[in-house]
Amino acid sequence: MMLSAEGVSVRYGDKPAVQDVSFSIAPGQWWMIVGPNGAGKSTLVEAIARGVPYSGRILWGEREIGSYSSRDYAKKVGILSQTRRTEYAFTVAQVVRLGRYAHQRGFLRGGDAAGPARMEEALRLTGLTGMENRLLTTLSGGEIQRVFLAQVLSQDPRLLILDEPANHLDLKYQQALFSLIGDWLKQGERAVLSVVHDLSLARRYGTHALLLDQGRCAARGTLPAVMSPDHLKAVYQMDVHAWMRDLLTPWQE
Amino acid sequence: MKTARKIVASCLLTALLSAVFLLCVCLGSVAVPLGDTLSLLDGAMEGREAPEGMYSAIVLSLRVPRVLCAGLMGAALSLCGAAMQGLLRNPLADGSTLGVSSGAALGAALSIVLGFSIPGLPLAGAAGMAMVFAFGSLAAILALSYGMDRSLATHTLILIGVIFSMLVSSLLSLLITFSGEKLRTITYWTMGSLSGKSYEQAGLLAGALLLFGGALLCQSRELNAFSVGEDNALHVGVPVRRVKLTVMAASSALIGVCVAIGGSIAFVGLVIPHVMRLIVGPDHRRLLPLSLFAGAVFLMLADLAARWVLSPLELPVGVVTSLIGAVFFLFIFYRSRKEGRV
Repeated sequence: MMLSAEGVSVRYGDKPAVQDVSFSIAPGQWWMIVGPNGAGKSTLVEAIARGVPYSGRILWGEREIGSYSSRDYAKKVGILSQTRRTEYAFTVAQVVRLGRYAHQRGFLRGGDAAGPARMEEALRLTGLTGMENRLLTTLSGGEIQRVFLAQVLSQDPRLLILDEPANHLDLKYQQALFSLIGDWLKQGERAVLSVVHDLSLARRYGTHALLLDQGRCAARGTLPAVMSPDHLKAVYQMDVHAWMRDLLTPWQE
Repeated sequence: MKTARKIVASCLLTALLSAVFLLCVCLGSVAVPLGDTLSLLDGAMEGREAPEGMYSAIVLSLRVPRVLCAGLMGAALSLCGAAMQGLLRNPLADGSTLGVSSGAALGAALSIVLGFSIPGLPLAGAAGMAMVFAFGSLAAILALSYGMDRSLATHTLILIGVIFSMLVSSLLSLLITFSGEKLRTITYWTMGSLSGKSYEQAGLLAGALLLFGGALLCQSRELNAFSVGEDNALHVGVPVRRVKLTVMAASSALIGVCVAIGGSIAFVGLVIPHVMRLIVGPDHRRLLPLSLFAGAVFLMLADLAARWVLSPLELPVGVVTSLIGAVFFLFIFYRSRKEGRV
């Protein structure tokens, strides 16, 4: 197992956001966290990112994730969150280079032999080669999302976490993003965990799924089993399968 | 290539700094010819006994320590401002955002009005109290924020800092109404003034700048990550809480020393980093050292203006920096509004 959560709960004040959730991720798997608004999907990801305090256990290998140093943990787990606005005029290269932070060694963190090659590859994969000196303040939302994708790819983590990565992306980049991550997953001992709103995307790319409902785990396991008509109907309170088929009929001509 | 450019830039900045230093030592209510100044400085550096005479007294006992203090304070204020603007991801922040300067000013005013001082401190009276209050304020703000929010989120810190500053300012106003004939001394403290500085004070500033400024300069990469976003800093592996505490503690300590010596001089820490960011961009590996140099040059010149423009009458240097700062800020705001960025 790479990452395993055992009875994880997160509370915001008196309000429980995630309650007693357990699952574990093995190399080669792509987990999809799905569920309606307010189900606790992003909160669970925040807990794994060590951004909010939780109770229960989250382990990387055999050890609690809190026992790793910030740098060591960043070499294991990389996170791409929703598109952000930047206050200051950083260049594309400066933001992507931050992905190498955990790998930099020595005085003032100057030494990083693998850095330039990793950065170049990340820029190429995300189609940003040649845009290194563009300012983030001049880029569109979709381009900014690609810059942060390049950052997390150059970080070279083993588990990649995506929090609603396709938000604000044009369909073309949505498709490019998901197939790029599919290729990334196949190289070496890697895994992906993503929060997605779009159930069709989840079905198309995931291998496993975790279905959340009001902070609790409604179902978990291999994707087709979790996203069965009964499970989805119970959580979304509608016949999701019928609705999805209905949505797609106009495209079948 | 990159190193060569760095060396050239450092040489140019050092030359500029020396030129401004000499200019500020020569000019004033009494102008001292450059040749005399140089021979006096040369003599003092070789450890020769200072010669008798008016020029010697003006240059060696009045102007050199004053200009040194101005340069060091400008460097410190500007460096802290740049670091805090990066850490809090807010271009309107500066070293006093956390309320440390107003705390220090209250300490100084208490000492002036009530006449207490803590025996055995390196700086007597008002300055010592200012330092103690600066550290006390930092501790109070951190404790209050921590009690409210264990993760020390930046917006909690800013809010607590602002509320703390307002509370302290009202206490300060209360003190001023009871201050009577000591009003002028307090005013000089709250506006900031560099008259009558000594070599000991310059030495203390230099030591603090070396220690705390050095600590800030070592956090350049971490500040880059913070100024992209605190969550992004967490994700790329920056130990966010430790960095936050280091930067806040180092800049508050440095600001505390500055206020203890020269009062709270406004706008240097706000405007200089802002201008430097427009020139070299937001990368703190360049922004921090450059802000340090520019702050030194700016405050030396502002102090020159304060004692020269209406000489022999002397203005508090804070009045000069606030005037320049406010006009400049209006200009930046106007320009960015026109470009539709704010």
